[in-house]
Amino acid sequence: MEVARFWRTTEQRYRLVGEVCPRCHTKIFPPRDVCPACEAEAKTLYQFSGKGEVYSFTTIHSAPRGFEKYAPYMVALVRLEEGPLVTAQLTDVDESEVYIGMPVEMVTRVLREDDKRGMIVYGYKFRPVRQAEAERQLA
Amino acid sequence: MEVMKPVRPVGIVGYGAYVPRYRLIVEEVSQVWTGGNVVPPVREKAVPGLDEDVATMSIEAARNAVARAQRVCPGFSPQQLRAVWVGSESHPYAVKPTGTIVAEALGTSPYIQAGDWQFACKAGTEALQAAIGFVGSGMADYALAIGMDAAQGRPGDALEYTAGAGGAAFILGPLDFALVEIEGSISYVTDTPDFWRRQYEKFPEHAGRFTGEPAYFHHISSAATALMEAMKLTPADFTYAVFHQPNVKFPLKVGEELGFRREQLKPALLVNEIGNTYAGSALIGLTAVLDVAQPGERILLTSFGSGAGSDAFCLQVRAPAPHDGVWTTRQYVQRRRPINYAQYSRLKGNYKLN
Amino acid sequence: MRDVSIIGIGQTKVGEHWDKSLRELAFQALEAAMHDAQVERVDALYVGNMLSGELTGQEHLGALVADFAGLRGIEAMKIEAACGSGAAALRVGYIAVAGGLCDIVACIGVEKMTDKQGDIATSSLATAADADYEALHGLSFVGINALLMRRYMHEHGYRKEDFANFAINAHANATRNPYAMFPHPITAQQFAEAKPVADPINLLDSSPIADGAACVILAPTSIAREFTDKPVRVRAITVATDTVAVHDRRDPLYLEGAAISAQKAYAMAGVGPADIDLFELHDAFTIMSALSLEAAGFAQRGKGVALALDNAISLDGHIPITTMGGLKARGHPVGATGMYQIVEVAMQLRGEAGPNQVRNARLGMAQNIGGSGATVITTILEADQ
Repeated sequence: MEVARFWRTTEQRYRLVGEVCPRCHTKIFPPRDVCPACEAEAKTLYQFSGKGEVYSFTTIHSAPRGFEKYAPYMVALVRLEEGPLVTAQLTDVDESEVYIGMPVEMVTRVLREDDKRGMIVYGYKFRPVRQAEAERQLA
Repeated sequence: MEVMKPVRPVGIVGYGAYVPRYRLIVEEVSQVWTGGNVVPPVREKAVPGLDEDVATMSIEAARNAVARAQRVCPGFSPQQLRAVWVGSESHPYAVKPTGTIVAEALGTSPYIQAGDWQFACKAGTEALQAAIGFVGSGMADYALAIGMDAAQGRPGDALEYTAGAGGAAFILGPLDFALVEIEGSISYVTDTPDFWRRQYEKFPEHAGRFTGEPAYFHHISSAATALMEAMKLTPADFTYAVFHQPNVKFPLKVGEELGFRREQLKPALLVNEIGNTYAGSALIGLTAVLDVAQPGERILLTSFGSGAGSDAFCLQVRAPAPHDGVWTTRQYVQRRRPINYAQYSRLKGNYKLN
Repeated sequence: MRDVSIIGIGQTKVGEHWDKSLRELAFQALEAAMHDAQVERVDALYVGNMLSGELTGQEHLGALVADFAGLRGIEAMKIEAACGSGAAALRVGYIAVAGGLCDIVACIGVEKMTDKQGDIATSSLATAADADYEALHGLSFVGINALLMRRYMHEHGYRKEDFANFAINAHANATRNPYAMFPHPITAQQFAEAKPVADPINLLDSSPIADGAACVILAPTSIAREFTDKPVRVRAITVATDTVAVHDRRDPLYLEGAAISAQKAYAMAGVGPADIDLFELHDAFTIMSALSLEAAGFAQRGKGVALALDNAISLDGHIPITTMGGLKARGHPVGATGMYQIVEVAMQLRGEAGPNQVRNARLGMAQNIGGSGATVITTILEADQ
C-alpha cells in the first residue's frame, strides 16, 4: 500500500488541478513546477475544465499488475482544451464508438484497488461529452 | 405531531442525479435462477461499471448539483459548502468516510462536515433532514446531501431482481435563489427488523413479506399522514408525490391508499427502468420531478428505510430548474447499455478470481 | 581525450534460457568478448541492465558479475537507462577509456526476464514510463506504442499493413543469425492475421521479451592493434533525453531525444546520414522503426514507413536496418539490447556478418532507445582496417 504516494496527488487526480505559468500563461498538466514552454517557475494552481478531445487511443488486453480485473480497457491521450496532453483511460464508451477528435470530458472514477483490503485509488478518466452523446442518442 | 421547520427558510439551490449506463433486463435473473418461473417486479435495473462505486457516482451527482446551483445562484462555489453528507448502504469503505472523497473531488474548503449516513434506504433523506437543519439554524449557508447506492442482492435472491444503482445530490441553502422551498418535514421511526446486513456480510437479508405491511406501508403512511395533518394539507394540494420505490407496486399502492392519483405518482417512478436504488431511490424520484416541475407546484417526498423509518417532506417549487449543460434524470435513465447476466455477474464481482 | 576502439565482442543466443541465471548469461558474453580480445583482465566492468531488481530480486550487478567472472577487486557498476541500459553502459565505458582513467574496459548488457511470468514483465517494463501519470492509468509499454502508431497512421495516412515490411525484413535477416530468438521468416499475410495486442499493434509489430547478454571490450585506439587486427573505432557515442511521459512531449510523433542524440553523434563523427552504411535501430515496435528513421535523418517526417514500403531497409537497400534481426526477431532482452546492437554493427564492420554482410560496410550506426524515447543513445562505429 503506497498511501502517501497517492495522497499527495489527490487534488490533481480527483479534479485535474494543474498549474499555470505566471510569465507566459501556459497551462500545465500534470503539474511540474517549471513551465515547459518558457522554463519559468510555475507553481500557481490552475483548475482545468476537464474538456478535451481524443488525440489517440488503444485497448489494453494484457494489463499490468493491478489492472487485470478491468481488462480489456481503453487508454487514450487526450488533448485538453487548455492545451496539455494527458494520458487517461476512457470509460462509459465502447471501442467501436471512439475516434480521434472525439469530444470527451473528465469524470472521477476508480483507477484501481490495492486489493480487497487495500485502499481504493480514484482519479480522472474521460468519457464522451454528455451533450454530444445525448444528441447522438436522440438522432 | 408538530411539523419540523427550520428557524430560517431553507430551499434547494441545486440538485443532480446519477445513474450508471449498464442495464440488466431482470427477466434474465428469473431465467438463470428459476427457469423463468418468477415474474420480475421491474423490467430492468442499472448496474455500475467496474470503475464505479458510491463515491464516484456521488461525485458526478454532486457536480451536477453544483452546476445547477451555479446557474441559479450568482457566485456560488463549492467553497461555500459547510457539509458534504453521503447517505448509502454501500459506502466503498466500512471505515473511512465517502464524504471526504466527494468533498475533495468537488474542491470544497476543508472546513466542512463530511460524515457518512447510514439508515438503509433512507440514509439519503436522513442526510437531507440534517442539511435542512444545518442551513436552517444558520450554522451553515450551504450544505450538500446525497443519497446514493450500488445495491447488493444475493444471486438468485428476491433482492437481486431489483437491486439497482444510482441516486441524487441536493445543495441546501437560504431561500433567496432557491429552486424549491422546504416547507416542512416529519420523520417517523421504530425498531422494525425487516431488512438488514450484519457487519462483514456481503449481501443483506430480508424478512420476506414482513417488509411490506408492518415496515414499508406503516412507516410511509405514518410519516406522510402526520406531515399532511400538521401542515393542514391534503393530497389534492400536491401536484406530485414521491415515495421510496423498491418495486413498481409498493409506491403506487401506498400512494393510492393515502389518496393520491396515479398522475401525481407517475412522474417520479423510475424503478421499472433503473431498479431500486436504495438510499437514492426516493431522491432520484424527486430529481425526475424537479426536472419538469413548475413554480407554485407542491411535492410530497416520503422515503422509507428498513430498520425502519420514513422521512416526509413538503416542498414547493419556486423556479424552473436550469438544464443547460447539465443532464436531466431522464437523460441518465435513457443512457443505457444492456448487458447479459454473465457480464452483470462480472461487474458485480460475483465471480471468484483468486 | 583519447580515441576508443572495440577490441572484442561476445554475445549469447537470445531466447528463453531456463537453465541460465543472470550472472551466468553475463559471464558467458563477457568470457566470449575477453576471449575475442585476447585479454585476461580488464580495468573496469560496466553492466547495463534494466530489470534485475524487479525480475530477479538482484541489484548490485557490477560487483556480482565481476566476482562471478573472477575479477574481484576491479571497478564495476550497474548502469540503468530503461531499454537504453546497454548502450548507456558503453557510454560509461567510453568515458572511462577516452578520459584516460582506464585502458581496458568491459561493457556488458544483460537481462534475465523469463524467471517471472509475462504479466509481471509487462508491469516491470512499464516502470520505464511515468509511474504517476502513465502507468497509474493502466498504460502498458505496448499501449504507449499503440497510441503513437494510431496517431501516426491518422496524421500520415498509412494503413496498418504498411508497417509489415519492418517485421518481415527483421525476420528475414534473423534466419541467418545463429544468435537470434526467432530465426524464421514471416509473410505479409501472417503479419495481417497476427493476434492484436493493443490495437493497432499486433503480435508481429512487437519485439519479444527474452533473456540474453552481449559484451564489448574497449581499449584506446592507440593500442587496439595489439589485441586484434580488426579493431572497430568508436567515432561517436552520444546521449540525449526527452520527457519520460509521451504526453509531455512537444510533438509525440517526433522523437526529439533521438534527433538530438543523432545530431550530436553526426557532429562528433563529422559525418551525416548519407555516410552511414547500416543502421541498427530500436525496433521494439514497428512504429519505433519509423520514428527512429525520421528522427535520425534518414526520412522526412511521416516518411519513415515509406522507406520500408520502398524496400530501402533491406541488406542491399539504401539504408539497411536490423541486419541481424533487430529487436523484433533477434529478440529484445531489454537492458542487453543496446549492447547487441553494438556487437552486430561491429560484426558488420569486421566483415563477419556472414550471409547478412552489408557490402563495403565502413560506417555503422546504432540507436538504443530507453522508454518511449526519453533516453536515446546513438553510436557511430567505423571499421579500422
